[in-house]
Amino acid sequence: MNLLTNLINGIGLGSVYAIIALGYTMVYGIAKMLNFAHGDVIMVGAYMCFCATTYLNLPVPAAILIAMVVCTVLGVLIEGLAYKPLRRAGSLAVLITAIGVSYFLQNMALLIWGSAPKTFTSVVPFGAVSLFGGELIISWETIITVLANIVIMIGLALFTKMSRTGKAMRAVSEDKDAAELMGINVNKTISITFAIGSALAAIAGVLLCSSYPVLMPTTGSMPGIKAFTAAVFGGIGSIPGAMLGGLLLGIIEIFAKSYISTQLSDAIVFGVLIVVLLVKPTGLLGKKIAEKV
Amino acid sequence: MARKKKISSFAVNNIKCYGLVILAFLVLMPLQSAGVLNNSVSGQLVPICAYVVMAISLNLTVGYLGELSLGHAGFMSVGAFTGVITAVALSQSVAAPELRLLVSIIVGGLFAGVAGLIIGIPVLRLKGDYLAIVTLAFGEIIKNIINCLYVGIDASGLHFSMKNTNELNLDAAGKVILNGPQGAVGITKIATFGAAILLILFALFIVLNLVHSKTGRAVSAIRDNRIAAESVGIGVTRYKLTAFIISAMLAGMAGALYAQNFSTVAAQKFDFNLSILILVFVVLGGMRNIFGSIIATAILYMLPELLRGIADYRMLIYAIILIAVMLLTNNMKVRAFIDTAMANIKGKLAGRKGGNS
Repeated sequence: MNLLTNLINGIGLGSVYAIIALGYTMVYGIAKMLNFAHGDVIMVGAYMCFCATTYLNLPVPAAILIAMVVCTVLGVLIEGLAYKPLRRAGSLAVLITAIGVSYFLQNMALLIWGSAPKTFTSVVPFGAVSLFGGELIISWETIITVLANIVIMIGLALFTKMSRTGKAMRAVSEDKDAAELMGINVNKTISITFAIGSALAAIAGVLLCSSYPVLMPTTGSMPGIKAFTAAVFGGIGSIPGAMLGGLLLGIIEIFAKSYISTQLSDAIVFGVLIVVLLVKPTGLLGKKIAEKV
Repeated sequence: MARKKKISSFAVNNIKCYGLVILAFLVLMPLQSAGVLNNSVSGQLVPICAYVVMAISLNLTVGYLGELSLGHAGFMSVGAFTGVITAVALSQSVAAPELRLLVSIIVGGLFAGVAGLIIGIPVLRLKGDYLAIVTLAFGEIIKNIINCLYVGIDASGLHFSMKNTNELNLDAAGKVILNGPQGAVGITKIATFGAAILLILFALFIVLNLVHSKTGRAVSAIRDNRIAAESVGIGVTRYKLTAFIISAMLAGMAGALYAQNFSTVAAQKFDFNLSILILVFVVLGGMRNIFGSIIATAILYMLPELLRGIADYRMLIYAIILIAVMLLTNNMKVRAFIDTAMANIKGKLAGRKGGNS
């Protein structure tokens, strides 16, 4: 039973990572940039939900909606103001700008909400499900997180396969110049990608803080790094890869925590990542790109 | 008419780098010993120097080798803690603090170099963003392991443990050097500004000579076109690894110096954010521009200090400056404006010289 509990907790944590990793992987696939500020968008989303429920006494669905809208607008603004002017610049310039944006968001949050951690009230007020006469306890947060992950996954898969915008996104990630020649508005497509990624970040932030209820300006950075690792783990640029990478990372982390060492769990997670990348340098589901001579 | 000896651009650049560091020393040292500098500035001198060495060494990896490393703080961490352990272990046998500092810096550099070798062999097989993420992962692993490491010393020698201080089995006179998450405790502050300047000069000497040597040219060739370099018989792995290890060693030396400027140092200090901070110094100073790295480090390190007047807003302003600098330096119009302005100034200077002769 212990094993099963850990597995379920791992899937729960992994689902959060997967949702965050989706944002990283979509942006990477299309804009070919590492959006380091993504982790901080998560934090903003969580704070928005916190404020809406605590100060405005809004119902939970409305609070989540507000968080999503704010994060979407934020994502599009960040892209338009900071990343768009650098579309033709080197990848390092974009990386440093993303780091600048990340500092900016963290310090803005520090100014507005202070450095003292806030206790996030879970958005799922049901407690836990008890199975097998109390031997297996699954919190509703975990169930909701996993369900949300599945819904998002199916939704995104359908969206990128079926819709015109989704097709445009795939075309842009395949070949930006060719897509532009076919009449696709590349800038608009990239903006939409950022919007979707940021909205997902808001959901991830709310779910993350429901399970781990400490909210600080730096809350987003470590899950951000881990989710980014998950995206690379699964093969960056691949949406199913982000899902797989996120889930595996969550499971490995929980197992390492409960069976090996709590303190060394991060080292183990990153160690597994390194081994995977050495065996399969493009990640689990990544495409191998032929090298041109 | 006497023929002017033409000075190569290498030499000019080298003189600029060495000159700047020596000048900084000549100006700041008397000020420090005369007590004109206030405590906060005086205490920042050694850290700035350590960061300058870090930026110089990272420029070797990111600029000359062209590989993005996000775990440079890991090497600094290895150097810092091995350096501290060495210094404490030698505190009885070596009385002179200068010698102890020297030995600890060398040991720190060696251990970081070994870490660079262990990490470099797998990492350098990867490319681009994957290499970046694996260096990040290694940096986090090093931080995590040192966080769980306990080291103590007594009459019978060094004791190690991964659990807690009791597991060290120290005798009564034993002393804990590394105390897990608290990091190294009770360090004797033996780092001095003079030693720090010497370390910068050493790093400059190594890196500037390396990049203008056969190895350096091979490294540049690999960066510009790996396949072409390979096809003319350059051993890619060997040269990449050489540059990477030297970079790691210098980072370790900087770490050993840095740690011994404080009484306590925790592994948490050498995290991902520190790696990023150094990368920012390198990128803003300019790739393959050692002089720029030094200037950028000094200015950006002092910037939050200078902005202390607006206390709460300083990191915010720092972030905005960072973004603004990146946007402006990559804006075609601004670039063109700077280029024409520079050309005008140069043209005027050249014109004046021409008029005199």
